Formats: sequence, structure tokens, C-alpha cells
Amino acid sequence: MDPRPNQEETITLDTFTRGLWKENPVFVMLLGLCPVLAVTNTTMNAIAMGLATLFVLVASSTLVSLLRKLIPKQVRIASFIIIIATFVTMVDYLIQSISLDLYNALGAFIQLIVVNCVILGRAEAYASKQKVSTAIINALGMGVGFTIALLCLGVTRELLGAGTILGFQMFSVDFEPWIVMILPPGGFFVLGAWLLLFEYIKQRKEKTHLNVEGVASHGS
Amino acid sequence: MDPDSLTFIFINAALSNNFVLALFLGLCPFLGVSAKKETAWNMGLATMFVMLVSSISAFGINWLLNEFDIQFLRLICYIAVIASAVQLVEMVVKKFSPTLFRALGIFLPLITTNCAILGLALFQTFREYNFLQSLAFSLGAGVGFTIALMLMAGLREKLELAKVPTVSQGATMSLMLAGLLSLAFMGFAGLGSGHA
Repeated sequence: MDPRPNQEETITLDTFTRGLWKENPVFVMLLGLCPVLAVTNTTMNAIAMGLATLFVLVASSTLVSLLRKLIPKQVRIASFIIIIATFVTMVDYLIQSISLDLYNALGAFIQLIVVNCVILGRAEAYASKQKVSTAIINALGMGVGFTIALLCLGVTRELLGAGTILGFQMFSVDFEPWIVMILPPGGFFVLGAWLLLFEYIKQRKEKTHLNVEGVASHGS
Repeated sequence: MDPDSLTFIFINAALSNNFVLALFLGLCPFLGVSAKKETAWNMGLATMFVMLVSSISAFGINWLLNEFDIQFLRLICYIAVIASAVQLVEMVVKKFSPTLFRALGIFLPLITTNCAILGLALFQTFREYNFLQSLAFSLGAGVGFTIALMLMAGLREKLELAKVPTVSQGATMSLMLAGLLSLAFMGFAGLGSGHA
């Protein structure tokens, strides 16, 4: 996954941006799909979930990276999980104190951040091998990439399913909402559609690339 | 039907609020291990077993936590118990069927991070089920998970023979299939109306 997994890497712009696009946890690596599909029926839920995950990801990556020389290899997964669970408990109580409505809307999915594979994956594959500063920046990139993906789905589903964005009416009153989009099947369809779009862009890019190369070799 | 009866809880967890297709729990194994029917079946059984064990332990732990009034430790305790249950299953499978152990590969230890299991433990706590109800709930969830996994595996085996445009091969196609399955499962909604 990472170019030099066992070596400490120097901070470059790529450390941050790779999480946004090239290794986007949702669209490219297909990790952490459960919250992506479950809580993106409105934009607000998607943003809240994205930020909560971002916080847990950055905080746990920092702590894992700080403790990387102290944690014995045999019990590392268990230790990571305990660290993550601690931060998730914090976020859980935090959201509960900020907005009870939001807390009820997200339900058990806040506590289920513990088992989000993106976070454990980052801890295991990256933070446990890198310096604190690098780990934080990488975790930030991944978290932002995750939030962007949630936002993509949340906006699409709310717009089509209810005709609103963040509760504001977007279409005229005679718009017939596609109820299916805010129901469970809509989550699968919208994520499938986004993946289709990205795959199409990728294949087109490769095709034009090939064409350009073909012309060049023909010319010579 | 009485929403607290055991049959209702079982059917609700297995069909009308199917863990995978309606609640989006446990999607990683659902998309990852559903290529062949045989592995899907074994994965379903392993998950069901872990669900049963962790549901029973979660019930005991919750009682203990309430007794000492330290509910904020719930999440950490649950995840620790689930991790140990998975370890147990791993040892049993390795001992009795090394072939199965190899076939399941990385997905066996990953049951720990299967949200369906932690989700099950959390839901049964939120809904304050008693012991028998928890048992019915976890059995229903396990059966539902296996059904979804088997259906998906069957469809994907057929799909191998079909001509799919190159753009939509792989994950896209699986997600669209899952969407259609989920749509079909919404037909069960009438069976379990009431609480989600």
C-alpha cells in the first residue's frame, strides 16, 4: 500500500494528498463502507460522521505513533483497538453533549467507528512505523478523503431522495423525490454510480494516453 | 405480532431488518468473501458462531457494568470480548479443518472488525433485550448474514458467465447487485414494521 512500508518517510505534499485521491479510503481502497452507506442519507449526518471519524483517526494515529516503540509486536492489534475504542468513547460523549438530535440520528454508528477498517488499517500499516509528524499528516489526509467521500454520497442522496441540501429546498415544489435514494438500496446504487464514474474517467485517461503514445510511435 | 416475542425478534433480525442489506453492517466480508458459494457458507457459519458467543458474553458484561455503574467502559469491554471470541473460533477452525482455515485466510481474524458483531452487541444493549431475546436476536442476525452472503455468492457465480462492460466490472457491479438485493429485501418490511 505504501511505497516504502518499513522505512520512515520524509514529509512531502504527497503524504497528505495521497489520502484525498490516489489512495482515497472509500473510492479506491473500498474500506470502511459500513458508515459510508449507513449514515449518508442526509448531508448533515455525512458531515458529522466524517468529522468524528477524522478526529478518531488523527488522535489514534498520533498515540499509536508515539507508543510505537513501547507496544510489543504480539499484542499490537489489541492495543490499537483499545486506543481507538478510548477515543471513540470520547467522541460518543462529545456528540451527545453537543446535539442530542444528531446523536439519535447517527445511533450506534458513532460507537461502530471502533471497527472502521480505515482507522485500524492506518494504525497497522502506517502510524506504527512512522514518526509522529508524518503519521499525523497522513491521517489528516486520509480523514479528509474519507469525509469528502461521505459528503459526495450524502449530497447526492439527499438531493435526489428529498430534493434538499442541508435541509434547504433545491427544486420547485412539484419535484417528485426519489424515495429509494434515502432508503438502504439507494446507498448501494449511489456508491456504485460514483465508482462507475471514477472508473470511466480512469479508463478514458488510459485510452487517450495510449492514443497519444500510439501516434508518437507511429510518427517516429 | 408482539414486538417482544422471540419469533418476531428472530424474523426481524434475519429478514426485514437484515444486518447486511438494510442496516449496512458487515459489508467488508459481504463484498470480500462472496465470490464462491462454499467459502461464503463457511464464513456465514463462523460469523454466526462468533455472534452467538459475543452476544452471550455481552449480555453478562453489560450486567456487570451496570452493577458497578461503569457503563463508559462498555465499548472497550465489548471489543475485547469479541476479539477473544474470534481468537477461539480461529483456533477451533485451525484444529478441525486446515483447508477451511486457508480458504478463509485473512477474513477470519478480520471478523473482529466486522461491524455486524459489535453492532449486534450494541443493539441488544440499547433495546434492553433479556437473555432469551438476545439469543434469538443473535441467531436471527447470523442467519440473515448467511442468507445475504449466500445469495450474493450465487449471483456472483452466475455473473462470471455474463458479459459485463469493462467499466463496470468488479466492485461497481457487486454494489449494484447488492442494491438490487437490498431492494428485494425491502419487500419484507411489512413483516417487521414497528421499531427499526
